[in-house]
Amino acid sequence: MSSLTNIVKKEFREMLTKSTIIPVILMAVMFGYLGSMMGDVEEEVSAPPVIGLVDLDDGVISDIAFKVLNASSDMAYNGTDVDAGLEEVKKAGGVALIVLPANLSSDILNGSRGYIDVYWMMEGAGMLDAISSASVDSLLGSMSYGISAYLVNESSETDPAVVLFPVERSDTTIFQDEVMEDVSPDFLITMLSAQSFTVPFIIMMIIIMAGGMVISSMGLEKENKTLETLLTLPVSRGSIVSGKLVASALVGLVMAGIYMVGFNYYMTSIETSAEIDLAKYGLDLSPVDFILVGVSVFVSLLAALSMCMVLGTYAKNYKSAQTLTMPITLLAIIPMFITMFKDFGTLPLALQAVLFVIPFSHPMMAMRELMFGNYALVLGGIAYVTAFAIVMIAITVWIFKTDRLLTGSMKGKGLTRLLRKKR
Amino acid sequence: MNAIEVRELVKDYGSFRAVKGISFDVREGEVFGLIGPNGAGKTTTLRIIATLLRISSGSVQVFGNDLRREPHEVRKILSYLPEDAGAYKNLTGREYLQFIADFFASGRAADEIVKKGIEIASLSDRIDDKVDTYSKGMTRRLLVSRALMTEPKLTILDELTSGLDVINAQEIRKTVKSISEKGTTVLLSSHNMLEVELMCDRIALINDGRIVELGTPAELKGKHNASNIEEVFTKVVTA
Repeated sequence: MSSLTNIVKKEFREMLTKSTIIPVILMAVMFGYLGSMMGDVEEEVSAPPVIGLVDLDDGVISDIAFKVLNASSDMAYNGTDVDAGLEEVKKAGGVALIVLPANLSSDILNGSRGYIDVYWMMEGAGMLDAISSASVDSLLGSMSYGISAYLVNESSETDPAVVLFPVERSDTTIFQDEVMEDVSPDFLITMLSAQSFTVPFIIMMIIIMAGGMVISSMGLEKENKTLETLLTLPVSRGSIVSGKLVASALVGLVMAGIYMVGFNYYMTSIETSAEIDLAKYGLDLSPVDFILVGVSVFVSLLAALSMCMVLGTYAKNYKSAQTLTMPITLLAIIPMFITMFKDFGTLPLALQAVLFVIPFSHPMMAMRELMFGNYALVLGGIAYVTAFAIVMIAITVWIFKTDRLLTGSMKGKGLTRLLRKKR
Repeated sequence: MNAIEVRELVKDYGSFRAVKGISFDVREGEVFGLIGPNGAGKTTTLRIIATLLRISSGSVQVFGNDLRREPHEVRKILSYLPEDAGAYKNLTGREYLQFIADFFASGRAADEIVKKGIEIASLSDRIDDKVDTYSKGMTRRLLVSRALMTEPKLTILDELTSGLDVINAQEIRKTVKSISEKGTTVLLSSHNMLEVELMCDRIALINDGRIVELGTPAELKGKHNASNIEEVFTKVVTA
């Protein structure tokens, strides 16, 4: 074997370890998931949107509107009753109910602009949740174009401004049974963009930074050979674990605060027109909601840090500690992306399960879910993450009481007996 | 009263048995040496007594406290100096000693412990420099002072003078001896046979996880017709 081959072989062995391969596999799985999610969205876009039509006009313009809409949509309702229309569209999982008023044709033919009402059904407020409404938006554009074409053919007297834009619309969004007048889905998503982007991003930063610190601290203790001394001092294992968790949590929160200030400046600079009063639409948080968000962040941070402590026990030194932060980074990035693009309620069941199981998802979702009064998910999340954190802390303290920290093996007498029995 | 009572101590690492049922006593106030070749089970035994590793079977009592049931009580009365120990590099020598002292006392009592530590370390002004800037010898002196400054009832010293030059090693041995004379029991492990012979009241020779010899240096030399402990060691281990 040549010297070069020898060195390449050695380097290869050093670099290609379980801890470097597993995160890459996880990353590939994550991309696979995101890809299939995007595929679903693509299907959603290419499929004709499900809509309803309430025609109170029954004139030539509403005829044109019906023809255009019917050609490119799956019409779940076509009648004259708004309430029945809403019911049917909701039942069919539709996107919108378009209401053509009684005087639509006469108004337009007399040279005035016609006004239609659109009732939007929104299930989620993530970025991808707006895609189906975008396809209805384009359908309404085609309808307007069809009416314009008719007006050009039939009447040369009409005001060109009306010919070009014959229809104006009034939007009402029904989001999870909450009726918001004069609010379009786009507007709603813009309103919630701060929650969609800032919160998941900040939570991800807290987890990655504080988690990294805990794992590195364990790696450094081993590299600097200070762990043995620490473990022989008259201090309980619980205090050592708690001390590391509390210090990392505090430093993580301080760092997250600094990030939050910077990120807020960034968000406000790209949202110059977003002078929006969330309270007007009942989308504000009560003091109790804020406490719940705080509790959710706290327990998730605790869960993340205790999980990092477990991982940190595998760190042989500072370098290996850096590699061990990969799983935590992934577990923080996956829910961040998912919650940015989709609401929990609009995700496929499998993805909902994945999101629920990842403890860091819950504080990312909490604020938005509380805005829409989804207390069950938030409280359930807090309960789950608390249980997760307790289990993780118990595992960490147990590991600190075993030989694992010093020998890298957990095969105590009990475990050995158990293994023997199994054999 | 015996400071340490080890009975039929066994330690398994998975299927590998590192310590194979050893028994010995360390008397209160004596300097007891545990010697043996690499991999014989010395450090494992010391780590068990220092409450770092769990016992597979057998028992260990430290000043009447059962190691399995009362490890926290044992930690209150012992100090352990591992062979390759380190100190927190971002702290100064003084801050490191203060950090350790705060686990044992508070206020003026902790300050007194630190004062004693600084005296043992003899690092002069460098005590206020970051540990990161210390040489290997300076770090070892700091760590020895850390182990001795609390005047523990039992101190476990693995390769006490590792990394120290002859003069510093001599100073440290004198300090350990004087602390032992004041009542601290010392359990010592070393590959330096001269050090063992000079310091220890009794010696146990461990080989392949078993104690194969135990006695005072004079007894062992007499029994094996050897002029020093190094000769005893060689004869016993190669036999």
